[in-house]
Amino acid sequence: MNKEWPIWEIFIRSKNGLEHRHCGSLHAADEEMAIQNARDVYTRRQEGVSIWVVESKHITASNPEKNGEMFEPAADKVYRHPTFYELPDEIKHM
Amino acid sequence: MLQEKLYDYLLHLGDNSMILGQRLGELCGHAAELETDIALTNISLDLFGQVRNYFQAAAQIKGGDATEDSVAMLRYEHEYKNTYLVEQPNEDFAHVIVRQFFFDVYHQLVLNELMKSKNETLVAIAKKSIKEVDYHVDFSSTWVKRLGDGTEESHAKMQTAVNILWRYSMELFKATEIESWAADSGVGPDLDQLKPIYLERVTSLLQEATLSLPEETVFQYGAKTGMHSENMGFILAEFQYMQRAYPNMKW
Amino acid sequence: MENKTLSLEDQFQNRIDSGENIEAKDWMPEKYRKTHIRQISQHAHSEVVGMLPEGNWISRAPSLRRKVALLAKVQDEAGHGLYLYSAAETLGISREELNEQLNSGRAKYSSIFNYPTVSWADMGAVGWLVDGAAIINQVMLTKTSYGPYARAMVRICKEESFHQRQGYEIMLSLCNGTEAQKAMSQDALNRWWWPSMMMFGPRDEESPNTEQSMKWKIKKKTNDELRQQFVDQTVPQVEILGLTVPDKDLKWNDETGHYDFGTIDWDEFWDVVKGNGLMNEKRLKDRNEAWDEGKWVRDGASAYADKQAEKRAKKTA
Repeated sequence: MNKEWPIWEIFIRSKNGLEHRHCGSLHAADEEMAIQNARDVYTRRQEGVSIWVVESKHITASNPEKNGEMFEPAADKVYRHPTFYELPDEIKHM
Repeated sequence: MLQEKLYDYLLHLGDNSMILGQRLGELCGHAAELETDIALTNISLDLFGQVRNYFQAAAQIKGGDATEDSVAMLRYEHEYKNTYLVEQPNEDFAHVIVRQFFFDVYHQLVLNELMKSKNETLVAIAKKSIKEVDYHVDFSSTWVKRLGDGTEESHAKMQTAVNILWRYSMELFKATEIESWAADSGVGPDLDQLKPIYLERVTSLLQEATLSLPEETVFQYGAKTGMHSENMGFILAEFQYMQRAYPNMKW
Repeated sequence: MENKTLSLEDQFQNRIDSGENIEAKDWMPEKYRKTHIRQISQHAHSEVVGMLPEGNWISRAPSLRRKVALLAKVQDEAGHGLYLYSAAETLGISREELNEQLNSGRAKYSSIFNYPTVSWADMGAVGWLVDGAAIINQVMLTKTSYGPYARAMVRICKEESFHQRQGYEIMLSLCNGTEAQKAMSQDALNRWWWPSMMMFGPRDEESPNTEQSMKWKIKKKTNDELRQQFVDQTVPQVEILGLTVPDKDLKWNDETGHYDFGTIDWDEFWDVVKGNGLMNEKRLKDRNEAWDEGKWVRDGASAYADKQAEKRAKKTA
């Protein structure tokens, strides 16, 4: 048998109230080892209070070659932002 | 007199962590997977952290010029009170994991009792250490299961390590004079009471790992009272090297 | 077709020039991919092999405080190797392949780790000089164009900040100590100074890849510029220690505003690069042993994971 341990993506919540953020990856044979490795590799300096691990192969990513059609159409939809609407300065709390 | 006994008891507690930490430190940079290298070093760091706590307390009792380092490094071989188990060499990863597991389960039981000690310093150290050691138990237990119930080869290597190391396990529970004093005076645990729980935990986890304890074992006793194995001299040769070669200097 | 390829490359270069990062799944010229795999993996190998010369002194550290600091430092290097291997893996090469390249001797790593650590003072000198030289490179790399590499470097630089201080503090203690300790630290400086200077690589005129590397922001300064920066910032630190740099030609140049320094022994540099350093064989032997002895562990853990997955599948079926 000659099988490499799969790659896992590691997400850490740095403190309660904040979202988990991707911080890197590592190798582990199973999810239990992935959690333990993540704890030892990525939280040595108190970086986290919660860990998520996802085997990399389970992540589906958008295709960067389609970035144009995926993301550029949002660029001119300025009416989604508050600054699009002009109000007189006297109006407060809005 | 009381303080002297407490000093000796601190050595009992600290020396096990120290020699095991030293053994794990030898592995740093030599594990097959970086992830495992980092994990083992973390355990070593936890253990040395505990050692510093114990020996700072010991140095205070001793007074004079004593420091955590003089307590740790400037004793003769027969004055170290660690068990045979922790001085066993890093033969292979199976030995490293089984040695760790046999010690961790004991360590956890002891710390749980020390949290109820009549000595406040020990309570404080135990409260801090128990979180580390709870993780050590998780870590070594999962690895025992993984490799015990992995391939035929990994199973065989783990069983060999169990067979070799088990003979050093019962020394952990054979109280020395000082350990009996600690138990009688409410400073430390009664090891006799912990032993059946230990046996139960170890056997049931080994079973889960498809491993078993050797049927007949002649247990080895003596390291705790200063009669160490041949390993100890070499461990100390490295551990004390700088302090012996360059005495009375600050580093 | 020719035209289209050209324009893709131009577009790619434009993105880099405008300060954009390149991410793993983005189109990239094959040469960019290959150069990055080579550079990132060499960097990773250097971290991993770099654990060995310092690991050599963990069991002999003179005090508990020094021991835990050194352990933590060497452990960080394992972490850094791991972050960098992960960055290289995003470019489509496996950790196993990277290991194989290192262990077979085909891959390069920083030559400095082929020098021996013979005294405790070497832990000071390595942390101070070798990490000091490395930081100069690494800070520059936090702005490199390849995103996963740049992010790994940000993380590494954050963690590295204690490494050099750890080394310098060791030197300070020695230099404030006894005659024997001072002699030990001067000896360490004598041995590590020139190899540290060599860490920045060959002189600019002999570094053919520099131009391409600058285009891709793997480099922002040339080898000689970085080397000069190292000398300028390190010499005052030597003076504070009261030690002497082993270079008769070293002196401050008022006109240039920099230190002038002597000639590096490039024959020695190339010898060590080619594998003829004192420790080349031992370093590779150690890595190979670790890897080979780990095979049954990797296989055992994989087999266990498969068994557990099967059990779960049966349960849900």
